[in-house]
Amino acid sequence: MNRDTRTIFELSRPGRMATAQVPKVPKAPKAPAAVEMADIPVNLRRPSRPGLPEVSELQVVRHYTNLSRKNFSIENQFYPLGSCTMKYNPRGTHHAAAQPGFPGRHPLAPAAHSQGFLECLFDLQEILKDVTGMTGVSLTPMAGAQGEFAGVAMIRAYHEARGDAARSEILIPNAAHGTNPATAVMCGYGVREVPLTPDGDVDLDALKASVGPQTAGLMMTNPSTCGVFDRRIEGIAATVHDAGGLLYYDGANLNAILGKVKPGDMGFDVLHMNLHKTFATPHGGGGPGSGPVGVNDKLAPYLPVPMVGRDDAGGFRWLTQQDVPGSIGRLSAFMGNAGILLRAFAYALMLGREGMHRVGEFATLNANYMAARLAEHGFALAYPQRRASHEFVITFAEQAKTLGVSAMDIAKRLLDYGFHSPTTYFPLLVPECFLIEPTETETKEELDAFIEALVAILREAESDPELVLSAPQSLPVKRLDDVKAARELDLAYRPPGE
Amino acid sequence: MPFIPHTAAEVDAMLDAIGAESIEQLFDEIPSQLRAGELRTVPEARSEMAMLRLMGERARKDQLQLCFLGAGCYDHHIPSAVWDITQRGEFLTAYTPYQAEASQGTLQVIYEYQSMMTALTALDVSNASVYDGASGLAEAVLMAVRANRKNKSRRVLMAETVHPLYRQTVATIVRNQGIALDSLPMTASGVVDPAALNGHAEPPVALVVQQPNFFGLLEQVDELTDWAAAHDVLVIAVVNPTSLAILKPPGQWGEGGADIACGDGQPLGIPMASGGPSFGFICCRQAFVRQLPGRIIGRTEDLDGRTGFTLTLQAREQHIRRAKATSNICTNQGLLVTAGTIYLSLLGPAGLEGVAGQCHRRTAQLASAAVTLPGVTERFAGPFFHERVLALPCEAEPVAEKLAARGILAGLPLGDYFPELSRCLLVCGTEKHSDEDIERYVTELGAALSSTEAVA
Amino acid sequence: MSEFPAELRYAPSHEWARVEDEGVVAVGISDHAQDALGDVVYVELPEVGQDVEAGEEAAVVESVKAASDIYAPVSGTIVAVNTLLEDAPETVNQDPYGDGWFFRIQSRDDAELDALLDAQTYAEHCESESP
Repeated sequence: MNRDTRTIFELSRPGRMATAQVPKVPKAPKAPAAVEMADIPVNLRRPSRPGLPEVSELQVVRHYTNLSRKNFSIENQFYPLGSCTMKYNPRGTHHAAAQPGFPGRHPLAPAAHSQGFLECLFDLQEILKDVTGMTGVSLTPMAGAQGEFAGVAMIRAYHEARGDAARSEILIPNAAHGTNPATAVMCGYGVREVPLTPDGDVDLDALKASVGPQTAGLMMTNPSTCGVFDRRIEGIAATVHDAGGLLYYDGANLNAILGKVKPGDMGFDVLHMNLHKTFATPHGGGGPGSGPVGVNDKLAPYLPVPMVGRDDAGGFRWLTQQDVPGSIGRLSAFMGNAGILLRAFAYALMLGREGMHRVGEFATLNANYMAARLAEHGFALAYPQRRASHEFVITFAEQAKTLGVSAMDIAKRLLDYGFHSPTTYFPLLVPECFLIEPTETETKEELDAFIEALVAILREAESDPELVLSAPQSLPVKRLDDVKAARELDLAYRPPGE
Repeated sequence: MPFIPHTAAEVDAMLDAIGAESIEQLFDEIPSQLRAGELRTVPEARSEMAMLRLMGERARKDQLQLCFLGAGCYDHHIPSAVWDITQRGEFLTAYTPYQAEASQGTLQVIYEYQSMMTALTALDVSNASVYDGASGLAEAVLMAVRANRKNKSRRVLMAETVHPLYRQTVATIVRNQGIALDSLPMTASGVVDPAALNGHAEPPVALVVQQPNFFGLLEQVDELTDWAAAHDVLVIAVVNPTSLAILKPPGQWGEGGADIACGDGQPLGIPMASGGPSFGFICCRQAFVRQLPGRIIGRTEDLDGRTGFTLTLQAREQHIRRAKATSNICTNQGLLVTAGTIYLSLLGPAGLEGVAGQCHRRTAQLASAAVTLPGVTERFAGPFFHERVLALPCEAEPVAEKLAARGILAGLPLGDYFPELSRCLLVCGTEKHSDEDIERYVTELGAALSSTEAVA
Repeated sequence: MSEFPAELRYAPSHEWARVEDEGVVAVGISDHAQDALGDVVYVELPEVGQDVEAGEEAAVVESVKAASDIYAPVSGTIVAVNTLLEDAPETVNQDPYGDGWFFRIQSRDDAELDALLDAQTYAEHCESESP
C-alpha cells in the first residue's frame, strides 16, 4: 500500500522543470522579449517568483497517478452514498463532450458558429421539460445549490411582481438537506421548519398550521431524504397553493422517479435537477455538478439567462435578458457547466425513452431488494412499514447501545471490505443511521456482497469489537484527527523555515 | 437496457425476496393519478456509436481555427498529461471526500491546490474552489460584507472596469440580501481613478478591483488598496491566475495587501469548452478564514501519527450550519482543480512565467501589427497585460462576423457591454499564437475592413 | 453526569450567568452544553464595548461537527471577553464554569437575571431535552 504522504512541494528542487512545457521565445522575434516587461511599470510587477513546485514531468505524472490510487470511486468500488446517486458515468459521454469543435469552442463565439452546441442545449432543454412535466427549463445553474438559489429567487421575483411583499418565509421539512435553509436565507427569506410524522411523511396538520400570508413557498424533496415517497403530496401542494405560496421541488432524489412520476404533475411550480446524479455525469471528487431549473408557466418569465431558443430561420440562438426581461439574471460568467450539459445530453440519447422509464424502476428495485434482505438479517429499517424509494435508511441505534459500535465505526469497517460507506448520520432525524442508495447500475451480486459484508461486520462487532472500532486498517491512513485539523489549521504547504 | 445489468431471472429472484409481484408494485405508495404518462420528447435510445456520430457532426459545425478572443476565457496550450491523469476514474468518479480515509487522493490534491493558489496570490488561505470566477466574486462580496466588522453599511463599490458578465452575476446573487452595488466609473483612459474615491462620503464595505481589468489595462492597485485600508474598506481583487506569474500578487498590493482575491482557474489547464466547467478560486487573509465559503481541506494526523488530509472547518457549511451557513454551496470543482493542480505542477514558476510572458508578447505584437491597418488604433493607451482594445473605423460586430466566417475569432465586439465602444474589439494573444497566425489575423482583418468600407 | 453549580443562573439555551461585582455578569456555557458539543475547536467572541440585548446572539462556539450561537442571558454592554479561548478553545471543555468563561456584561436590568433558571430547574430542563 502506498503510504507516501509527501506533497508535490517536497519533491521540488530549485531549477528543475518540465522543460517541454515551457513555451519557447521565437528565435527571430518579431515581438522582442524586452517588450513584455518594459511596458509594465515596476510597481505593478511581481517582485519574486511564486512558490510553485519545480519538478519533472515524470515526477508530476507519477505523483498524481499514485494519489489517484488512494481514492475510492465508482469505477473501483460500489459507492452507495445515499442521496448522491453514484451510478455508472458512461465513458462515452466524455468522448461526446470531447468531439472536435466542443472543447475549443469559446463561450462568446458568435451564434452562427455555435449551432452544433446550441442545438444540443436546446434538445436537452426539451428532454428535461418532458421528464419533469415543466414548461420552461434553464440549464445555466452550475450545481444543485445554485439551482435552488435560482428557484427560490424566481419565487421571490414572482411574489414581488404581484406586489405581494408580505411573503417572508420559506417552509422546509426538518429532514431536508442543509442547502435548503441556506438557500432560503441567501434569497432573503426566513425559514420555518415543518415536522414529519413518525412514518416519514410531512405532518400535514402541522403544515396547515404553518402556512399563511407570510408563506412564500415550500421546499421539498420527494421521495424525501428519509427514502420514502410522500403519499400526501397532493394535499401538501393544495395547502401551500391555497395559502398563496409556491412549491419548490429539490431534485436531489429525482432518480427514484425518473420516468415514473413527473414533479410538475405532483403540483410543483419550480424544481432543480442534479445532472451529476440523475443524468450520470461524473462527480469529480466534489464537482463539477450541474443544476438546471424547470418551471411551470407561472415562473417562466423569471428563468435565469442565458437559455437557448430558435430563431426565425430555424437556427438556434441565445435568449438573454432582452428576451426574458423579468429574468432573475445571470448566474455565471458564461453558460454554466456547459461540458456537463453535453454529457447529460449524450447520456439521455443513449438511455432513450424506454431507458428513461427504467431508471426509476431499477433504482427502486435495487433499494427495496437490499432493504428486504437486510431486514431478513435483522438490521433495523428506520421506516419498516414503508416502501423504499431508490434509497432507504437503516439505524444502528440498538448496536450502538448494546455493542458500543457506532454507525461511523461500521462505515469505516466497510472501507476495509472494499465498499464505500453509505451516507452516515443523515437524515438527522434518525440516530446512528445509514442512508443507502445502490442505484440502478449495480448488479445483484454486488448488492449481495455488500449485504454479506454488513452481516460479517456485525458479527465482528460482537466477537472482536476492537476490529470495528479501530477500522479502517487497510487504507493509506487510519482515522484522522479532526480536532487537531480544526484547532491547528494547516491549510497550505509552507517551505520549512517560512 | 442501457446501463442496467439485471437479467430476467435476477429480477424475479429480487422481487421474490421483496415479496412483490412486479416492479410496478414497488410504486404502490404513489397516488395512481400522479403516475407519469408517456415521454414525448425523449428520442429512441441510440447506441454509443450512433450517439457519438450525432455529437461529432454537431461539434464539427462549431470548429474555428484561430482564437484571438479572451474576455475571461483563454485559449492556452494544455499539457497532455493534465487530462490523461485527471480523467482517471479514481478522480473522475469519486465524490466529495466525506470518508477521508478512502479519499486521500482527492484530499491531498486539493491541499496542494490550496497551497499553489496561496503562493500565486500571496494570501494566507484558499478554499477548495467554487463554481467559476463570476459566482466566486459574488461569494467574495458576500464574504466581505460578513467579515468587515468595522463597517456595516452593506454598500459595495465595484470598479466599472470589472468584467461586465461578472458584474451581472454578482448583481443576481447578492440582490436579495440588501446589498447595494455602487459603480466606480472608469475614466477616458479605461481605468478607474484612485483620486475619485475621495468623493465617496460614506466608505463602502468593500472595493472590487480587477487586475488586469476587463480591457486588459493595469489599474493603480497600490493606491486603490492604500485608500481602502485607510478607510476600513476591504479590497477584493479579481485576477487572472496566469497574470500572477508577472504581475504583483494581490497579497502585496499597496502597504498591506488586498483582503480577498478571486478569479477563474480556466487558464490553468482547462479547455475553453463553451466556458464551463472551470473553477473559481477564493483566497483571503487568515483572519477571514471562517468567513470563507465552500470546502476547505486541512493537513492533520491519523491515529498512528501519520500525515493525512481531511475536510476541516465544516461548521461554516450548510450541512451543519443550515440557515446560518456562510453559503449554500456544497460543490467544489474538484475535477477541474485536479487539472489545475497538475497544470501548475508541470509549468512550475518558470513555465508559468514563460506562458504569461508569451501571452503578453503576442498581444503586444498583435496590437502593433493591427494598428498598421488604415483607421485601426489602440483605443486605450497605458500599461496592459494579455488583452488590448482595438478601435476600428466601423462597427466591430459585423467585422467579427466576417472573420468568423473565415475561421477566425477576431475578439470581442464591445458594443453589447459598452455602447460607446461599439467600434471596438477586445483582442487577446496567447502562447499558442505564431507569427504566421498573427499575420493571418491582420491580413484577414484588413480584408474585412476594406470590404466593409466598400459596402459603406 | 454533568455538573450544575448551584450559585449560577442558567438560560434554557445552555448559557450560565454568574453575578459578580456591581452588576457585572460573567457568561459561559454549561457543562452539559460542552459535553453535547464535543471538542471545542473555535470560539468567536463579541467586541468589548458592544451593546447586547438579552436573547441576542453574542458569540459562537464551534466543535468539529457543530456550531452553536451563544446568546446574551442579560442585556447590557460587553466589558470583557476571554481572549484565552482564541488560542485555547479546549478550555471550554476542560473548565466550563471557570477559565472557560466567554464574556462579561455590565448588566442594565437586574430583573432579567431573575427570569433565568436555577440549577435544579436547568438540570431538569437538560434531562427533558435528552432523547
